[in-house]
Amino acid sequence: MKTKVKKIIPQLLTLLVVVLIFGFFTYNAQINMDNRGIEFGFGFLSQESSFDVQFSLIEYDGSHSYARAYLVGLLNTLLVAFIGIIIATILGVIVGIARLSPNYLIERSAAFYVEFFRNIPLLLQIFFWYFAALRALPLPQDTEPMFGVFFLTIKGLFVPRFIWENLDILFYSILAAVISIAVIRNYARKLQENEGKQLPVFSISIGLFVILPIIAFLIGGVSLSFEVPVLKQIATTSFIYEGGLGLPPELIALTLALALYTATFIAECVRAGIQGISKGQKEAAASIGLTPNQVLKLVIMPQALRIIIPPTTNQYLNLTKNSSLAAAIAYPDLVLVFAGTALMQTGRAIEIVSITMLTYLSISLTISLFMNWYNKKIAIKEK
Amino acid sequence: MNKLNFLKPNKENLSTYLYTGSFLFLIAVIDVFLGAFFEVNITFFLPGFIGFILPLILGIAGLRLIRIEYSGIPKLDLLNKNINTNNFNAILTLLIIFIIIKSIPPILSWFFIDANIAGDSKEACTGSGACWTYIKIWLRRFIYGMYPNELQWRINISFVLLIALAFVGYFATEKLKKFLTLYYVVIYPVIAFILIYYLISGGAFGLEWVETGAWGGLSLTFIVSFFCLIFCFPLGMFLALGRRSGFPTIRYISVGFIEFWRGVPLITVLFMSSVMFPMFLPEDFFMDKLVRVIIAISLFEAAYVAEVIRGGLQALPRGQYDAAKSLGMGYWKMHIFVILPQALKLVIPGIANTFLALVKDTPLIFVVGLLEIVGMLNLAKTNPKWLGFAMEGYVFAAIIFWIICYAMSRYSYNLELKYKTDR
Repeated sequence: MKTKVKKIIPQLLTLLVVVLIFGFFTYNAQINMDNRGIEFGFGFLSQESSFDVQFSLIEYDGSHSYARAYLVGLLNTLLVAFIGIIIATILGVIVGIARLSPNYLIERSAAFYVEFFRNIPLLLQIFFWYFAALRALPLPQDTEPMFGVFFLTIKGLFVPRFIWENLDILFYSILAAVISIAVIRNYARKLQENEGKQLPVFSISIGLFVILPIIAFLIGGVSLSFEVPVLKQIATTSFIYEGGLGLPPELIALTLALALYTATFIAECVRAGIQGISKGQKEAAASIGLTPNQVLKLVIMPQALRIIIPPTTNQYLNLTKNSSLAAAIAYPDLVLVFAGTALMQTGRAIEIVSITMLTYLSISLTISLFMNWYNKKIAIKEK
Repeated sequence: MNKLNFLKPNKENLSTYLYTGSFLFLIAVIDVFLGAFFEVNITFFLPGFIGFILPLILGIAGLRLIRIEYSGIPKLDLLNKNINTNNFNAILTLLIIFIIIKSIPPILSWFFIDANIAGDSKEACTGSGACWTYIKIWLRRFIYGMYPNELQWRINISFVLLIALAFVGYFATEKLKKFLTLYYVVIYPVIAFILIYYLISGGAFGLEWVETGAWGGLSLTFIVSFFCLIFCFPLGMFLALGRRSGFPTIRYISVGFIEFWRGVPLITVLFMSSVMFPMFLPEDFFMDKLVRVIIAISLFEAAYVAEVIRGGLQALPRGQYDAAKSLGMGYWKMHIFVILPQALKLVIPGIANTFLALVKDTPLIFVVGLLEIVGMLNLAKTNPKWLGFAMEGYVFAAIIFWIICYAMSRYSYNLELKYKTDR
């Protein structure tokens, strides 16, 4: 009896404190909102937003609703996160491996890169790229094209736009390639398990992946042409590129800073993962007659990936959250469009900040749930 | 005489290979060096592309010739082992050497040779390099923000006092050592708060009141990181204990709290503290911007500290808990004397990383209108008298932050070595 009371009292007390704090906050919020004559609710989301966004992936202008503005911001955030994650992963893996190189100079350069970029605040790096480095680029009319079609100017990077015909057929052919590769891999594994024969799965996969889309191009009627950006004069001294795809300098600066910064952390994850495999594993694998390629593919990488992937996913999450720094250089991401402009216009602080936070929270929780599932799946099954 | 096979260097003709190889390698390096430093092109007679790629070819050939296994010359063997194991490595080595040589002159000229530091206006900057005059003139603003010039001694004195008080631990006698934790966790923060409140803020003892809106620059970076660091650590410790508590209510509240703060970006937390939090307080209750920011960052970082400490708690073997309990220790006694000292020792690197992240996150307080050093830079950049010196400012701030963060990470590394106990 006594122990039961002892167990319940602290819990009740904590609960009471938490409830009291929340109650106090809601009570005050109620009074404050009454005083200002605002009512809590999400009806404003369907109202006309009447502000413009510079850069949007979907069709948007002032006549659309606040909900649509939210979507624009969210898509822009995801775009930065997506590009940043790809660049950061490639760079991080290269640098991580370089840090384990037997070549002293390469190892030192990689270490210098890591120590340099991870010890400078990300915001400072974003400012540096945006205000200092990219401002040194030439004006559109003075730009020398790179490879004839890319134009890197102070107003952004202009690249050719792809114009596809019958794009869906290409997609189907790629889908067909992926499915047939999966089937062949399965068959090859069974063949090896049952009869000990090995098929050259890798070269077959590559072949399929190349040949099927080529067939689609040749007989499926898929075609690809480019729309190269052209310089156009809009005033006596003002030029701009038209046609093609324009990436605003904000996007470039943000992606660059995020990728360079996060890559240092990914590099450390990769290094820790590869170093975490004991030498004995490699020697044992070699001594049962596996080729060096097989050692890497079947013994080292599966174990290293088990160590590498969880912290790397964490870094992806950090990158996504850090992309909110976009607000500092006016890249229209979720925070700037929604928690900035929309909040200023409607004055609905509680609703808008809550929605913004919940959005980030749900992205994070989804990824961490997935990670927990993945960790359980790849964990070493111990008795 | 032995046959010379240039594709397969061997030991017999060691000196021939060595001299030819070194000669080729040296020519390659000298070519690049002259080109970078003196703009002399010694291969002017060759067409452009070949002249460009020649040093690389010569260098690869040279390194190939001196790649002789077990040559018997220790230095050569060391060199080959480290930078010249195969052709691919040789190419990378050469590229890195060339990039270093090529990048030295522009960096040197921007930082020193063509830079200006004299004078006190924009017109003094005539060189093509950096304009350090800008930093020199604005240095006070970058360090003290808008804090009045004649009162800046107050910031200096309080910082000196705080640093001096932080070193008390080194001089404590054996007898007083057991109070050190108490000192650092409770007494020191209180003293720090009093010092900053009365000395920097003023308003009493005949000191002029300076509102927090005028604080700024590097000193604000220090103040914010210092207080957040002090507050987030105990908070994180309680959250970590809460998350491992046997009481379901406490555990769920802790989990919810931690996951919430870890799931949102700091910038939205600061937004919350500036636009949403005032709505939650009684109308006549005013809380300073700086205080709100410190609370917000502390709560945010506490969640990260909690996860780090939880890792340490989980890494301790069950035997430690069982042994402490079998000695008749209660929950708090067990944690204070047995569990936490060991767990905290394990997580020193993790905690140091969190604190580093905290220092690097401080520039974000520009969201609520507080201008620490990066914010001051952005302000100075838009000053009509000093347009066009963004690069100098950011480089200056980057150097300062780099020094702080690198020093912190080295210190944590040393701490880790010091407390490493074999188990």
